Amino acid sequence: MSERDAVDPETVEHVAELARVDLDAEELERFAAQFADILEYFDTLDEVPETDAEPDLANVMRDDEISECLSREDALRNAPETEDGKFKGPRVS
Amino acid sequence: MGANAGNADAAEARDDDGLNAFVTRERIEGSGDGPLAETTVAVKDNISTEGVRTTCGSAMLAEYVPPYDATVVERLKAAGATIVGKTNMDEFGMGTTTETSYFGPTRNPVDTDHVPGGSSGGSAAAVAAGEADLALGSDTGGSVRCPAAFCGVVGIKPTYGLVSRYGLVAYANSLEQIGPIAPTVEEAAELLAVIAGPDGRDATTRFDEGATDGAADSGTANGDGHPAEAADYAAAADGDVDGTTIGVPTELIEGVDPGVREAFEATLDDLEAQGAEITTVDLPSVEHAVEAYYVIAMGEASSNLARFDGVRYGVSGGFDGNWNDAFARAREAGFGDEVKRRVLLGTYALSAGYQEEYYKKAQDARAWVKRDFDSALEEADVLASPTMPVPPMELGESLSDPLTMYLADANTTPVNLANLPAISVPAGETDGLPVGAQFVGPAFGEEAIIRVASAAE
Repeated sequence: MSERDAVDPETVEHVAELARVDLDAEELERFAAQFADILEYFDTLDEVPETDAEPDLANVMRDDEISECLSREDALRNAPETEDGKFKGPRVS
Repeated sequence: MGANAGNADAAEARDDDGLNAFVTRERIEGSGDGPLAETTVAVKDNISTEGVRTTCGSAMLAEYVPPYDATVVERLKAAGATIVGKTNMDEFGMGTTTETSYFGPTRNPVDTDHVPGGSSGGSAAAVAAGEADLALGSDTGGSVRCPAAFCGVVGIKPTYGLVSRYGLVAYANSLEQIGPIAPTVEEAAELLAVIAGPDGRDATTRFDEGATDGAADSGTANGDGHPAEAADYAAAADGDVDGTTIGVPTELIEGVDPGVREAFEATLDDLEAQGAEITTVDLPSVEHAVEAYYVIAMGEASSNLARFDGVRYGVSGGFDGNWNDAFARAREAGFGDEVKRRVLLGTYALSAGYQEEYYKKAQDARAWVKRDFDSALEEADVLASPTMPVPPMELGESLSDPLTMYLADANTTPVNLANLPAISVPAGETDGLPVGAQFVGPAFGEEAIIRVASAAE
């Protein structure tokens, strides 16, 4: 199997960026150590034979139907910030 | 820093009995009518209740009030139940001990220095302590069965697709089901009958399965009804196991704590005396079930929890910088350690370069587990194992080593991977702590496991 890059704090930081979680330095160190153990354990999946599983799926698609939905007020009720009846979010870039 | 146990003191202040089973106590009186009239039900705090705070045990949702009821809650109300509150849980369902909750741990009513199990620990503790007649939990890798076993009550994880997940805050949506927790098998079965059924708002509640005569098979559409429509769960609690074959997987007994094993084997002896035939079966695939479960669950969690960015609900990340900065701040503040761990590991397992290595192999393992269980259930009517390989841990004992905690799920996770139903029923004690026996059935075979469990209790 392929060699895994050592799970160092830089790797954890990269993954944290992908996941949009702003970890501090202490967390980066701590998680790096824990991840190494956990990922080593996951490596035992190499022993599993490959399968071509036939998933038991049913097609549940249907045409769109217009029905009642949440009122605008209800939809906005839990938002930390709203403006003009819309969710307010941070700048995109 | 993270957001763990920030509210432990507030939790103690709010709680009357020291168990901390509830995050929110709020009574919604039921009408006088229906199968659950005069019955109180506690609802796990990841199940949406309109107008009642639903926190998922997380700082991220500490103030979130759903604008709608989950389908199962609508069904509870229609059955006349009185809802008494929202129960404590491991944050977003991630844990085996209910110690990762932002609102502090729940204590086991049987011995308050020990954990009640998780992630539905609050629900099981509430029932065991008599604070609610019944409860709902959710089970992704054992989260109904584990706390039922640890608190000495009954818990059922239904077949995937039996009960609607509409309104259940998703952790791992290909694995989870809402399930009943009750003092007896018959009461758990009655609650299952209330919540089970098809739901147009959850496309994974199957419509094409008919008679409950064995393993799910895409070729046998015996009817066009949902399986719950043809079943009578409460009637199945008749204790009649004469002639039933019970298969015990060797892999789920090895390595089990000796006190747990002794209690489990005494339960099997009792079933044999009632006419059941006990055999052993081999499930080599379950050796890989825990890893496969965690890779799949963490991968799905990383996707399902991506919605928590602090814009539509949750802790806001403010408006400095761009959206990536803001979202990252919101999630750092709102998520506890275990949630961060799983979101990161899931992101890693699904990321470019690693997906083949982890996620694809986990799916292969899942297919293997399913096949193994299906063949074993051709030899035996139900399978049996101790629900948990260990007795309830002491509070605080498990938190320093996540991997050891994950391994405690060895007996429960294979069932979620295989999409099968399972029940945990009290099976005695070891050193004064409850032990549970688990019975696993074929797909939509809830009646078979209810029957065996009713003979065992």
